[in-house]
Amino acid sequence: MIITILYYVLIGFIAGLILWNLFKTRKWQDELLYVIILMPFILRLLRLK
Amino acid sequence: MRVNVRSLRKAGFLLLGAALMLLAGLSFYNSRHLKEPVVLGPSVTEVKKLSDYFEGLEGTINDANVYVLEGQEPGGSVLILGGTHPEEPAGRLATWILAENAVLEQGRLFLILSANRSGTTVTRLGGAYPPDYSIETPWGERTFRMGDRWSNPLDQWPDPEVYIHYPSRQELAYMDIRNLNRTWPGRANGTLTEKTCFAIIQMIKEEKIDIAIDLHEAELQYPVISVIVAHEKGQDLAAMTSMMISGMGGFDLGMENSPHALRGLSHREIGDHTDAISLLLEAPEPMLDATRGRTDRKLLLEGKDEFVVKAGEHGLLFEKIDENGWPIDVRVGRHCSAILQILELWTEDHPERGVVVTSVPRYAEVIENGTGAYLHDHRKVSPARLRFE
Repeated sequence: MIITILYYVLIGFIAGLILWNLFKTRKWQDELLYVIILMPFILRLLRLK
Repeated sequence: MRVNVRSLRKAGFLLLGAALMLLAGLSFYNSRHLKEPVVLGPSVTEVKKLSDYFEGLEGTINDANVYVLEGQEPGGSVLILGGTHPEEPAGRLATWILAENAVLEQGRLFLILSANRSGTTVTRLGGAYPPDYSIETPWGERTFRMGDRWSNPLDQWPDPEVYIHYPSRQELAYMDIRNLNRTWPGRANGTLTEKTCFAIIQMIKEEKIDIAIDLHEAELQYPVISVIVAHEKGQDLAAMTSMMISGMGGFDLGMENSPHALRGLSHREIGDHTDAISLLLEAPEPMLDATRGRTDRKLLLEGKDEFVVKAGEHGLLFEKIDENGWPIDVRVGRHCSAILQILELWTEDHPERGVVVTSVPRYAEVIENGTGAYLHDHRKVSPARLRFE
């Protein structure tokens, strides 16, 4: 259970980092890439996958 | 102005991502929460839960329904497990046919349609499996969850580097700690999958089960296919069943002895840890073959695949396949006939512990009428005679 909670904290942290990078970048290719890689992290946080 | 354009673009990308996530999320949610109706057949007298036998499962996703069918005459007790590996649907569908149609004249039949219910709520990660499939019936379609071989990682996580089986301490593949057919006999303080096996073992002991039959399907590239795998206590019964089915049942059914060295499997551990005879039935399922083509509902239900046929032409298969494939009705029919044959032979040899079942179709009938002919319209049944898996 502790490992699971830590895992979700880690997932939330990485999702936050991806969002931060998305807002900071100026290249549209990177923006699209960040949105794509964000999706599985959000689906995990919501316990859908 | 430039900043605004960039912000708008970012917002647009985020909206696109949110839309894609919504679509994917809905698919995953529906796959996990799809309700599968079960119309209680005439002999179902009670629907228990696995937690009735082991409280540790109460409130978990694997607290499966246990359908109890009772005959007028006392006799023996037989347990049939469907959904040990939910991605092998013929086993689940055969137990569905039994639950909705079987008439017990003697003894008791215990049916579990979703032995690993968690495994029915996920498909193989990265495998592009269909989330569900539908069986045509005279009144419409009945839809079932596709499922996977292993428990859903949402319910049991993380996996170890190496799975050490309890109690043998044999080292097995890491993901098989979520495989219901590698975690027998289970333990009360183990993982969800081990607890599920433990609950079923408690049920077998408490209900004095004489025979436990575990229904499976196998890829054609796997040597244990189209067989009954039997614990040594069930060798005579399995051998006789194999001979009767192969001689008069309309299809070939071999027999394999349960190996002592391979631990955690139902045919080995149920026989070793309870008084029950443990048997496992395998039917061919081309969708499980690694060399298959597109993995879709059509392949699952029709069992036709040109690449698997090609593998057969090169002598790489342990079961024959041609352009007719292995349709779901053939696979379900094999399980139905084999179960009926086992019960008949058991009853002949043990009349006082007999289990006599009627109104269940055999191989030829399932092929002729289709599996759907034996699934009843759940919309026309009173709620008291309806359950959901």
